[in-house]
Amino acid sequence: MSLAIDIRNLRYRYGGGPWVLDIPELTLERGTRAFLFGPSGSGKTTLLGVLAGVLEANEGEVTVLGEDLGSLSGARRDAFRAEHIGYVFQMFNLIPYLSVLDNITLPVRMHAGRRARLDGAGVKESAALLAGQLHIGDLLKKPVTELSVGQQQRVAACRALIGAPELIVADEPTSSLDFDRREDFLELLFQECERAGATLVFVSHDRTLEGMFSRTISLPDVNTAVH
Amino acid sequence: MLVLDLALKSLRNRAFSTSLTVGSIALSVALLIGVENVRVGMRESFSNTISQTDLIVGTKGGTIQLLLYSVFGMGAPTENVSWEAYRQWAEHPAVAWTIPYSLGDSHRGFRVIGTNDDFYRHYRYRGGQEIALAEGRASENLYDVTLGADVASELNYTMGDEIAVTHGIGEVGFLVHDHMPFTVVGVLAKTFTPVDRAIYVTLEGMEAIHWEGGAPPASDDGHVHDEEAEAASVDNGHVHDEEDEEVADDDGHADDDHAHEVETEVAAADDGHVHSEADLSIEDVEVTQVTSFFVGTTDRRDVLMLQREINDFEDEPMMAVIPGVALNEMWRSLGYAETGLRLVTIFVVMVGLLGMLVSLYTSLDERRREMAILRAVGAGPRRIVALLVLESVCLAAAGALAGLALVYVLLSVGQSIVEAQVGLFIPIRPPGFVELLFMGAVVTAGFLMGFVPALKAYRTALHDGLTVRV
Repeated sequence: MSLAIDIRNLRYRYGGGPWVLDIPELTLERGTRAFLFGPSGSGKTTLLGVLAGVLEANEGEVTVLGEDLGSLSGARRDAFRAEHIGYVFQMFNLIPYLSVLDNITLPVRMHAGRRARLDGAGVKESAALLAGQLHIGDLLKKPVTELSVGQQQRVAACRALIGAPELIVADEPTSSLDFDRREDFLELLFQECERAGATLVFVSHDRTLEGMFSRTISLPDVNTAVH
Repeated sequence: MLVLDLALKSLRNRAFSTSLTVGSIALSVALLIGVENVRVGMRESFSNTISQTDLIVGTKGGTIQLLLYSVFGMGAPTENVSWEAYRQWAEHPAVAWTIPYSLGDSHRGFRVIGTNDDFYRHYRYRGGQEIALAEGRASENLYDVTLGADVASELNYTMGDEIAVTHGIGEVGFLVHDHMPFTVVGVLAKTFTPVDRAIYVTLEGMEAIHWEGGAPPASDDGHVHDEEAEAASVDNGHVHDEEDEEVADDDGHADDDHAHEVETEVAAADDGHVHSEADLSIEDVEVTQVTSFFVGTTDRRDVLMLQREINDFEDEPMMAVIPGVALNEMWRSLGYAETGLRLVTIFVVMVGLLGMLVSLYTSLDERRREMAILRAVGAGPRRIVALLVLESVCLAAAGALAGLALVYVLLSVGQSIVEAQVGLFIPIRPPGFVELLFMGAVVTAGFLMGFVPALKAYRTALHDGLTVRV
């Protein structure tokens, strides 16, 4: 149970296309801050989709937080993701017609299991607390369309972190930020992951950030499908 | 709850396209419900063309035919009812009142109807409203005419005008009795019923019109519709006109003895000579027949008994119909028009809903990111489907409600205008079964149509995963 991610002989492809992922083995300890590096087209986002249970592996075993995703139905995988995983996209993370607060609270409103993880704290209070820690406490009532890119990514981080999921998956969340803000953002993200005891899988094609992580995984090295 | 909240906020976010969609659905639903309201109003107005009349009696024939010529002034019966038979029924103990009608002639396309005081006293329409005179008085003398409201306004006639009445009811009658001038003595108030489009003379006046060459026939059993006689009259019509002028010079000299005049003119008629009819008075004319008559009973429970008695009358072939029953039968025979109208409005609603479908479907591409985010925070594909179906249902429901509201707004504004302009009273009622059925159908259709974009989004969500390839 000490492994957050345990992948064995994973193979994945879209429809009848070529193999995008072919990973004989990939494991990650709980509590790790992992930097998953790979150039564009190396299957980073696909791997995250498999880890999040949105995409189903064609072959092999994918065990996340001790749960064998292959044994779960689609609906159970959706529930598992809602309860245990926080996800941050590269950009355009937010639903444009919802306020900052509504965007942050989306996962806990989506799934009762995630709401239960608030430990009795109110939904709004939890969101406000997180927003304060990420320095966007004064933006909660704003429409997301009025936020800067940096502010949007912090809102996305709040949404991933609310309810303290065990695994945070971030897909190049800093690529749209300028350099100084990348470090600020990462510091805050690390801080919150540590506070929640969460494992972080951070994907990027930009190796300049590599030094801030406790472990680096080069996807081309583990994914034999990429030439 | 979350999905409903998302659906509503998403729709509000696309306010412009949402309001266009809701607007087009609302208009189509308003049309559907509006047509239904107009239909109900028309039907009620139709059934109320006459009221309080218990039976309409005429010669044996079709029910609808009797209704057409006696109430709507269309067509003519093959036979008339003799005056004796009419009087016999008019004096029946179960009968409270009657209105006799004698039809057959026209003036510039409007029906000329011979009747008597009973018409002005007993005729009721639309929930018991009485015939009223806008000006003047009812016809009482031989050459008096009272005009229906439309006749007066369309032909621009005023009190005291002299008009000619022709035999037959074409736009231009084929016998122009310029020598038989009728004088306008009254104009009826508008009723928005066929009464407005008729010209009322006395029964005696109608008899006079029927005389060949404008003179009383030698014997009064004469069939005035006799085609040979009419044809003959047409042939020597010019002669009549010329002689008219000559005879007119003698007018006024012999006013003192009407009875004498009639006798001499009757004798003269066979020679093709023309009398001076202005000298005739109503007492000189004997009414021989009526076309039909309306009956009001003293006790409505007697109606069926009376109807049976009239239908079984042995002296003459006669038929009595209950107006409400006959009007309903007639309305049903016009039912295909209603069905057609309803079909058209249903298609309009379908078009409105298809607009919604197009709007939702085309919005999907720009919402792929949104779907991916929802997937990432744990929404299953079913929630995506639910979201889009719910949006569709919300649009349809909002459109249906707005359409219903629009109908009431239009009704409250336009009810009195429509009534004043076309005489169609459309009642304002709380939404009934039909309205709720229509609205339910629209929402259901919205629900079903919602699956089209929803299933596309479902497939996209499964395929895209968390990637968005735009």
